[in-house]
Amino acid sequence: MLFSAILTGLVLGGTYALVAMGLTLQYGVARIMNLAYGDIIIAASFGAFVLFTALGINPLLGMLIVIPAGFALSWLIYAVMLQPLARRSRDRGRLEGDSILATFGLLFVIQGVALVIFGSGFMSYSYLAVPVDILGTTIAANRLLAFGLAITFGLGLWLVLTRTRFGTVIRAVAANPASAPLVGIDVDSVARFAFAIGGALAAAGGVVVSMYLTFSATMGVIFTMKALIVVIMGGVGNLMGALAAGLILGLVETLVASFIDPGLTLAATYLIFLAVLVVRPQGLFGKAAR
Amino acid sequence: MKFVLALVALVALAFVPSFAGPYPLGLGIGVLGYGVLATAWAMFSGPTRYISLATVAFFGLGAYTVAVLSETLPYPVVLFVAAVIGLVVALIVGLATLRLAGIYFVIFTFGLTELVRQLVTYYEVNVTRTLGRYVFLPLGPEHIYWQLLALLAATLGMAYWVRQSRIGLALRVIGDDPVVASHLGIRITRTKLTLFSISCVIMTLAGAIQAPRWTYIEPSIVFNPTTSFLVVIMALLGGPNRLFGPLLGAVPLFLLFEWLSANFPNHYSIILGLLFIAIVFVLPNGVLAAGESLWTRLSRREART
Repeated sequence: MLFSAILTGLVLGGTYALVAMGLTLQYGVARIMNLAYGDIIIAASFGAFVLFTALGINPLLGMLIVIPAGFALSWLIYAVMLQPLARRSRDRGRLEGDSILATFGLLFVIQGVALVIFGSGFMSYSYLAVPVDILGTTIAANRLLAFGLAITFGLGLWLVLTRTRFGTVIRAVAANPASAPLVGIDVDSVARFAFAIGGALAAAGGVVVSMYLTFSATMGVIFTMKALIVVIMGGVGNLMGALAAGLILGLVETLVASFIDPGLTLAATYLIFLAVLVVRPQGLFGKAAR
Repeated sequence: MKFVLALVALVALAFVPSFAGPYPLGLGIGVLGYGVLATAWAMFSGPTRYISLATVAFFGLGAYTVAVLSETLPYPVVLFVAAVIGLVVALIVGLATLRLAGIYFVIFTFGLTELVRQLVTYYEVNVTRTLGRYVFLPLGPEHIYWQLLALLAATLGMAYWVRQSRIGLALRVIGDDPVVASHLGIRITRTKLTLFSISCVIMTLAGAIQAPRWTYIEPSIVFNPTTSFLVVIMALLGGPNRLFGPLLGAVPLFLLFEWLSANFPNHYSIILGLLFIAIVFVLPNGVLAAGESLWTRLSRREART
């Protein structure tokens, strides 16, 4: 019982970590606090759902379509909507306020489109729902696949950011956007690109979510919230922190759901969030406050 | 002079229920309700720029308190209890988040509605074993109208007083530059917490007063996130830093939303979202400020010629 709960928690946590990495890129590099992030995730889930049920394309192949679409959509959102805001407001507080409001509007637009097309009901499809035996407990194969994918994407991103020249450029902008131009970095285009990669990760997360969870058009808010909590717990811009925090959050949620009451999972998440805010506002793995 | 004018307007508005039919009266209640929420929202969020996305959490708490207690306690006591509950929640949220940068506050309030809704649902399902509740109070729409009108007058009075008083000035300094504020000896957290609590208590009361209108109440009805969204957009349209700005934004937008939800029920939230984005882009300081700057530009041009 305990072992199976931990296993489920790790799977869930892996998804949270994957999703939060995208948000930490968007907020850490492009300085956009994107409240419509969860709705991009849900949009990708719907995309995978349609590809699988209508066209018979399995979600793994579907990713080849959905992830570039998420990248393109986010790139477009940044170029059309957020870049003018970023140009208008030169100080960071103003940009954060404006971007929160603008993406809050975007949240309702994306959610509204999803509601018009798919209605408000819960959706799911059955892919690889075969039981697999691990150390005496059974778990559905799609969950294992979801976990594997989350880890692969996370590690891949981490390697790109720490081992390549382009990753260094992104980290430079995250560390100090004012000084980055001094070494010949085009901050605008790097920010746009980072925002788009964040969108691609959200899309990947959406496909992963759709493989083993039921989802609905209005669930985006919950994913945004969880991703935000993971980002803050892990420390803004800290990928490994996001990974660890995501796993912790997933574990806590599953343990609360299986041993206390499923209705209290969100309350548990918030309690952790509050505790982190009060004790370590810079995040569990963050550096000292700026 | 201004005071007399406001008093005359208040008295005139108080006579509306005696001649208005049920539909216009319903519209009036809606306008007043959103006017109260938007003014209360702007009282805190205007000067500090701490954007609260949790208006409906407090609104819903108020409505739910009335639904739960209306049969056991007399109505005025129920309103008082609702205000106390709103105050306690506001203090908890404020103490945890107002010491930190604004972004944490926004994020926390963003999820607060969902949290409160789930907790209330959990409580109702597991402890009282009833999800929906009926509110039977001998209050007609005109009573609700008068109560809301009184609350609006009190809110505007409070907002006016805050603007004149030391605490309002302190809040504006904090909003402009927290570092300067702390050097001036302003107790930042305490000031923010006071104003945030006042604003939340008003929102809670607005929900409590409007509860009898629904007759049937359940968490998904009273904790509808669209309400928070509407309040922010109204205050922003009118201008959150003006006394009458939020109210001025609430009147046209509420009527527009009523019309939209009657004619485009399916595309409602898409239109809302686009409108919201447009307002953030075009009118970052609200209609009143935009009108004023246009006015000064025009009059300057006239002076030159």
